[in-house]
Amino acid sequence: MNNRIKASVRDLNLWYDEGAKQILYSIDMDIYAHQVTALIGASGCGKSSLLRCFNRMNELINGCKVRGEIVVDGKNIYDKDVSEVAVRTKIGMVFQKPNPFPKSIYDNIAHAPKIHGRVKRGLMCDKLVEESLRRVSLWEDVKEKLKEMGTSLSGGEQQRLCIARAIALKPDILLMDEPTSALDPISTQHIEEAIVELKKSYTIIMVTHNLQQAKRIADRVAFFHKGDLIEYNTSHEIFTHPQDKRTQEFIKDKYNQNG
Amino acid sequence: MDTVNIVMIVIIFAVLVYYWKKDRIDNRSKIEKSIEYMLILSAVLSIAVLSILEQSILFYTSKFFDTHSMWYFFTGTQWSADALNGAKFGAVPLFLGTMVVALIAMIVAVPIGVMSAIYLSEFATARKREIYKPTLEILSGIPTVVYGFFAAVTIAPVVVAFSNTLGIEASHSNALSSGVVMGIMIIPIITSLSDDVIGAVPNHYRNTALSLGLTQAEMIRFVVLPAASHGIIAAVLLGVSRALGETMIVLMAAGMRPNMSLNPLEDMATITVTIVDAFSGDHDVTSDETLSAFALGFALFVFTLMLNTVSIFFIRRFQKRYQYSNL
Amino acid sequence: MKKRRRRLPTKHPFEIRQLKSRSVKSYLFKWLSILTIFFALSFLFIFVSNVLYRGVSAFNQTYIQVPVDITQYAVTTNPRVAIQRDHRKLVSRAWVRNLPQMVKETPTLLNTREEMWILADDEVDQYIKGKSNKLTSKDRAIIDKLKAQNKIDLRFNIIFFTQGDSKMPEYAGFLSAIKGTVMTVFVTMMVSFPIGVMTAIYLEEFAQDSRVTQIIEININNLASVPPILFGLLGLAVFINVIGVPRSSALVGGLTLGLMTLPIIIVSTRTALRSVPNAIREAGFALGLNKFQMVWGNVLPLAMPGIMTGSIISLAHAIGETSPLLLIGMITFIPDSPSLVTDATTVMSAQIYTWASMPQGAYIERTSAAILILLGVMVILNMIAIMIRSRFSKRYNYE
Ligand SMILES: Nc1ncnc2c1ncn2[C@@H]1O[C@H](COP(=O)(O)OP(=O)(O)O)[C@@H](O)[C@H]1O
Ligand SMILES: [Mg+2]
Repeated sequence: MNNRIKASVRDLNLWYDEGAKQILYSIDMDIYAHQVTALIGASGCGKSSLLRCFNRMNELINGCKVRGEIVVDGKNIYDKDVSEVAVRTKIGMVFQKPNPFPKSIYDNIAHAPKIHGRVKRGLMCDKLVEESLRRVSLWEDVKEKLKEMGTSLSGGEQQRLCIARAIALKPDILLMDEPTSALDPISTQHIEEAIVELKKSYTIIMVTHNLQQAKRIADRVAFFHKGDLIEYNTSHEIFTHPQDKRTQEFIKDKYNQNG
Repeated sequence: MDTVNIVMIVIIFAVLVYYWKKDRIDNRSKIEKSIEYMLILSAVLSIAVLSILEQSILFYTSKFFDTHSMWYFFTGTQWSADALNGAKFGAVPLFLGTMVVALIAMIVAVPIGVMSAIYLSEFATARKREIYKPTLEILSGIPTVVYGFFAAVTIAPVVVAFSNTLGIEASHSNALSSGVVMGIMIIPIITSLSDDVIGAVPNHYRNTALSLGLTQAEMIRFVVLPAASHGIIAAVLLGVSRALGETMIVLMAAGMRPNMSLNPLEDMATITVTIVDAFSGDHDVTSDETLSAFALGFALFVFTLMLNTVSIFFIRRFQKRYQYSNL
Repeated sequence: MKKRRRRLPTKHPFEIRQLKSRSVKSYLFKWLSILTIFFALSFLFIFVSNVLYRGVSAFNQTYIQVPVDITQYAVTTNPRVAIQRDHRKLVSRAWVRNLPQMVKETPTLLNTREEMWILADDEVDQYIKGKSNKLTSKDRAIIDKLKAQNKIDLRFNIIFFTQGDSKMPEYAGFLSAIKGTVMTVFVTMMVSFPIGVMTAIYLEEFAQDSRVTQIIEININNLASVPPILFGLLGLAVFINVIGVPRSSALVGGLTLGLMTLPIIIVSTRTALRSVPNAIREAGFALGLNKFQMVWGNVLPLAMPGIMTGSIISLAHAIGETSPLLLIGMITFIPDSPSLVTDATTVMSAQIYTWASMPQGAYIERTSAAILILLGVMVILNMIAIMIRSRFSKRYNYE
């Protein structure tokens, strides 16, 4: 297995409400390239907050304060000379609810690359759209109706469109916040297949509330509890030999719940 | 017009009969019944106002077109109510004047109004927005006669002096000064509604756009504004409708002379001004001049009604898209 | 070679093409929007300061002390001769015209010859206030001399608040217009408040068929978008020609404006009713109240502040509106205050329009002063509306 470190979180703390509410406590973890890293834990333990630190989306929240480092390819993304726009270009994100823009399927994908000056309209652009849609296995379904609104697709297709939109920018890391929690089982399966395919080209960090999903597709799993990183190991280790008692309990509970 | 009246009467009658029958089944006190009748009566009255307005204007308008050609009214280029030298009722110069003034107003109001709305909904903090928005809305609460005075006494001399220094002839009453002042008056109308619709664009579009590495300006231009476009168009159309019907500013600052010209530095009469002018002399309602005013009024009524209908259509589409119903 | 390399910025993976220019554009866009709103807000400032600058001086009026010779001849035949020839152009003709009346009221004045403080002519007034005027240089010299003798004084312009319109600007006042406005908007509110509120209550609480309410909603929306001037045509055609309400009267003006403000009251009342939580209605029904008792006792009291706010705003609209009134004759010259709603009346906004079209500088000054009063009324009304609204939201928090 590839063991190159893509990103490392160093002593990361996070507060909301102008420092009144600490959510993350001194997180340290390494993210490995071309792997799927799953963040698990009870609801409200700070998974999404940590994920948003990776592309500096927390800066959009009033009163949110982040201290610590996230070093990606040897550069701390919180350094003064790094622009959040550049960070978000290099580190893409897929949200919990499918949220295509109220534009055509084509424009949903082509828009950001055009603004970034990556492609101009025309053949290059068409190719990019096709390639992105193929990677999420959506191309065959929508190639006839690229001009239709992105919102006209079904929920699962919309979410795949959103993934295609994010990877059209060819990011280094892809962040996903419970990307299948709003979807039916079939769509979930499609997305999971896409994720497994995508990790060949990207490093993926995803939050999931579904332990079976983490077991199925994640290479590494990090378990959080009330803002602390309790245990971080390969998926196999976490699910077969959890070290911490809290991890054991959580996994047992969740399995019982779902089973 | 008779059919509309008959329909109105039938509706009123049907409603009354319906309630009368219902009352015999429900056993309620007399006071309650009479209160409900009063409520129904006022509702019917309120609805009837628009129809009465239309009927009364249409009545005299049809009288006017009994003796004058409708074709010439809509295509003729000469308007002169002077009966001695042969009155001519070709309303094109008035339509043109109305358009020129409204166009100038929109050139002022649309960019300023929309940009202000962008500031209020995208950049301003909640506190600043709470202060700036009502302050700006004061502008639309100022009586139009005050704007007219301002246009005539303060802006017009500036316009004349400025164009004279450029060596251009400008009339003291001119379309430019009234158009500009009218634009100022319309700014808050556009800002207020645009701010509402931009604010109604769901936040996840903004987050998504930013997560794709767009700058804030790019996010606004390529995601927020297109998403709000139907609402903004509706706001602009309401502004246009307001500009077409505005009377006092043009009356006081744009002059009363029907003028087949597109030069904003000349004086020109609008539809509304000509209506007022028709009643400034004799008070005989059956004279050609006053009847022509009703015909102009009818044209204005149709124009603004059309604009309003289209505007509502756009708002509905906006609402449908975002299930937003507070407009 | 080495030196150049050191100058290069340190490369890192988060440097992307064109980022700098895009960031600058974004920054400029933000500042453009800030500038725009300040530009828009500055209009308000320009307006108010402009009107203040032009209008404040109207609250003072020039008086002039000249010898007056009240002879029998002057009282009975020609009051002008009471003033010396030199001064005749300097005093107000209104004062001269009133001389016989004055003598009648205080007969001891007859056959006196003394210096009196007299209202000055408007041109003198403008000259004293340093504004443009049509005085000849000879007249100016006389005034300068009088001024040196302290025989010219600026006093509070009481006439402006106690008199009606006049063809002599120095004697023109705003009182009859204020009275006319009060009477007109009284009629307006008598029409639009009950009808508007009752319509809204019916639509919101009683009407069941949603398609009918939708049609009514479109109808009212359209009514709100009709240009005000068309209501003038309506008033003329229906109230004056069909019903026979007297022209120029507060009654016809009030009725016309009443129809015009109707949609504002309906819409604001409906909003107020809609903002009353449904739980209140359910609680009412649960207590065994019927619909009328529930609406009257539970819903209306809660909606009342919202209804009042909307009505005050529509009142402000009615006060400021001019164009429909022009068509029903409310710009005629009316010096006397009206006493009945059927008397010929002018209103504040119409008076502003008439004065604004006068050539004399003194009228411009008075127009501005009248605008200040009109704007003052608007500010007060809106402040009342805001006060009611803020009390309303406070009350709502207790729910
Ligand atoms: N914008 C915010 N302001 C204040 N508190 C927040 C904000 N967003 C999240 N929180 C709080 O932070 C905690 C962690 O939230 P989150 O990261 O969304 O948890 P998770 O994704 O693990 O369910 C929660 O208690 C939540 O209430
Ligand atoms: Mg979460």
